[in-house]
Amino acid sequence: MNNQQNKTEMAPKGISLWQDGLRKPARRTSLWVGGLHRRKLAMASFVIIVVYFLLAGLIYVGEIFNWQWAAVKWSEQIGKQYQPPSAQHIFGTDIFGQSVFRKTLYGAKISLTVALCASFVSIAIGVPLGALAGYFRGIIDDIIVWIYSTLSSIPYILLILAFAVVLRDRTLFGHKLTGITSVYLAIGLTSWVGLCRLIRGEVIKHKERQYVLAARSYGCSNSRIIFRHLLPNVFHLVIIDFSIRFVAFIHAEVILSFLGLGEANRPSWGAMINDARIEMSRGVWWQMAAATLAIFFISLALNIFGDALRDCLDPKLRIQ
Amino acid sequence: MTTYIIRRLLYTIPIVFGVLLLTFILFKVVPGDPAIQIAGKGASPQVIEEVRQEYGLSKPLFLSWDSQFLNHLKNALTFDFGRALDREQVIDKIKRGLGPSLAITIPMFLGILIISVGMSLFVAFARGTVWDVLVVVICVAGMSIPYLSFILFGQYFLAYKWWIFPVFFEPDLPLYKCAALPVLIGVAAGLGANLHFYRTVMLDEMRNDYVRTAFAKGLSTKRVLFKHVLKNAMVPIITRVTLTIPYLFLGSLLLERFFGIPGLGYLMVEATSSRDYFVINAMTYISAILFVIFNLLADICYALVDPRVSFE
Repeated sequence: MNNQQNKTEMAPKGISLWQDGLRKPARRTSLWVGGLHRRKLAMASFVIIVVYFLLAGLIYVGEIFNWQWAAVKWSEQIGKQYQPPSAQHIFGTDIFGQSVFRKTLYGAKISLTVALCASFVSIAIGVPLGALAGYFRGIIDDIIVWIYSTLSSIPYILLILAFAVVLRDRTLFGHKLTGITSVYLAIGLTSWVGLCRLIRGEVIKHKERQYVLAARSYGCSNSRIIFRHLLPNVFHLVIIDFSIRFVAFIHAEVILSFLGLGEANRPSWGAMINDARIEMSRGVWWQMAAATLAIFFISLALNIFGDALRDCLDPKLRIQ
Repeated sequence: MTTYIIRRLLYTIPIVFGVLLLTFILFKVVPGDPAIQIAGKGASPQVIEEVRQEYGLSKPLFLSWDSQFLNHLKNALTFDFGRALDREQVIDKIKRGLGPSLAITIPMFLGILIISVGMSLFVAFARGTVWDVLVVVICVAGMSIPYLSFILFGQYFLAYKWWIFPVFFEPDLPLYKCAALPVLIGVAAGLGANLHFYRTVMLDEMRNDYVRTAFAKGLSTKRVLFKHVLKNAMVPIITRVTLTIPYLFLGSLLLERFFGIPGLGYLMVEATSSRDYFVINAMTYISAILFVIFNLLADICYALVDPRVSFE
């Protein structure tokens, strides 16, 4: 409706796009478009995400220093098997009398570790390859484009499954890939394609801009231009992509664990859903509900936060 | 047009070659020698050697006229995938699974497409109102619920508790009865993400000047939406549709597993748990070929719906 007004609201001179994205807008333009500050919902989502990460981090620290708090002691038997939710056991107990609530908390660690490691693998492959392809073009570009076109012509879920099956229990550089290592490698090695394509396109656009030409005229080396000049200018895309893809990684981990390709000895959300598949016919719904809620809240928070992040970091969307 | 199609066809050759190279490395080189796995536990060395001869495992990997890689290429191009671990021809298994898979995925695909495109037009028209906000909230919530939860809760309540649908696939029942619940769950689970995507597409179109002109001319809302906006939004819709069609072949992996439907998804899940690389290899290759074909079709369709697209 107020397109005309939005169009005139450009970033002031002397402010980087990052600052501009995060700064408080001077006046309200529309309900949904604007900086992060006004987005209370996005802030609330961010808090949820931080809580999940803190939880996972605390479990890590607790395991290293052997702190005896609830989520680390998930394997303790706290009651009879299949106790429904009550004041004592928030989400009831499972077949071994273990607390479903503790297992759910512990599952956060597995899920977030997988999603984070997979993101790092895919960024570590996708960003440099995309930058190289976009910057040098020619034969390097052809090869990289060929690799990612090949990978992207196989349906995503099939590719992840294939990688997970092949990588599982295999020894790589003297290190045995068990449990979650093969899962995040499988996800990471297959999911860099989108990011690579994005970075390549953006680098091609930026390559002839004046700041790159200026850097070249100073005699900067190619690697300096790519890593010091180009990548910082396209890096907001990586962050947006990361926040959007994180949800997909969590869901992929759940599916792989459910299919028995994930962590075998420790509780994860996918494994809980797999247990629940048989238990549901006996009326045991709480394990399923706990895992669903845990996944639902982190996904919801990431979806909302990712959308907000894209709106505030992608200036093209805002000018429209 | 013809030259364009020929050029695009030539362009698919390196892609298909790449897929074959990838499947070869993934399923033949990395897993190592499957002879012991095929022959079964406790087989005598003689039997293992025979299996090795039959599958050509003693030949060199690359760099020979009779290498394993060239045989892999030849077999893939003639759709001869050999036998699975249970000694049945892989291609027969795939042919058998195709029917049940398509019976689920085609209604699901059409359901999602029609509902989400229709609703996205409505929502884009009513943007900023309560309806718009409501639909967006439901979409984002739907995207956040894991697929498995949709299936399990749907199966539990609709089939197990309330007896509206059969719980599992039964060969005696007519197919539409068994397929109804999986289709319903699939549509419900897929709707969120699709509607969200199409809403963005439609909103982008609604911002354009030609829409304002059309309204200013006094055209009816229905006419503007279906005649002008929908037609211009066709390009992203075609992209998304053609890229999801290859997934139809795969069936819905998880749906088939839960409902015990003997389709291709079920076959794939079975193959992953028994590590049957022959089946996984064939499925990967066929779906990649389908993807390449539909990609080509999408490019041709762009020109049919949008005269601005030229083939140069």
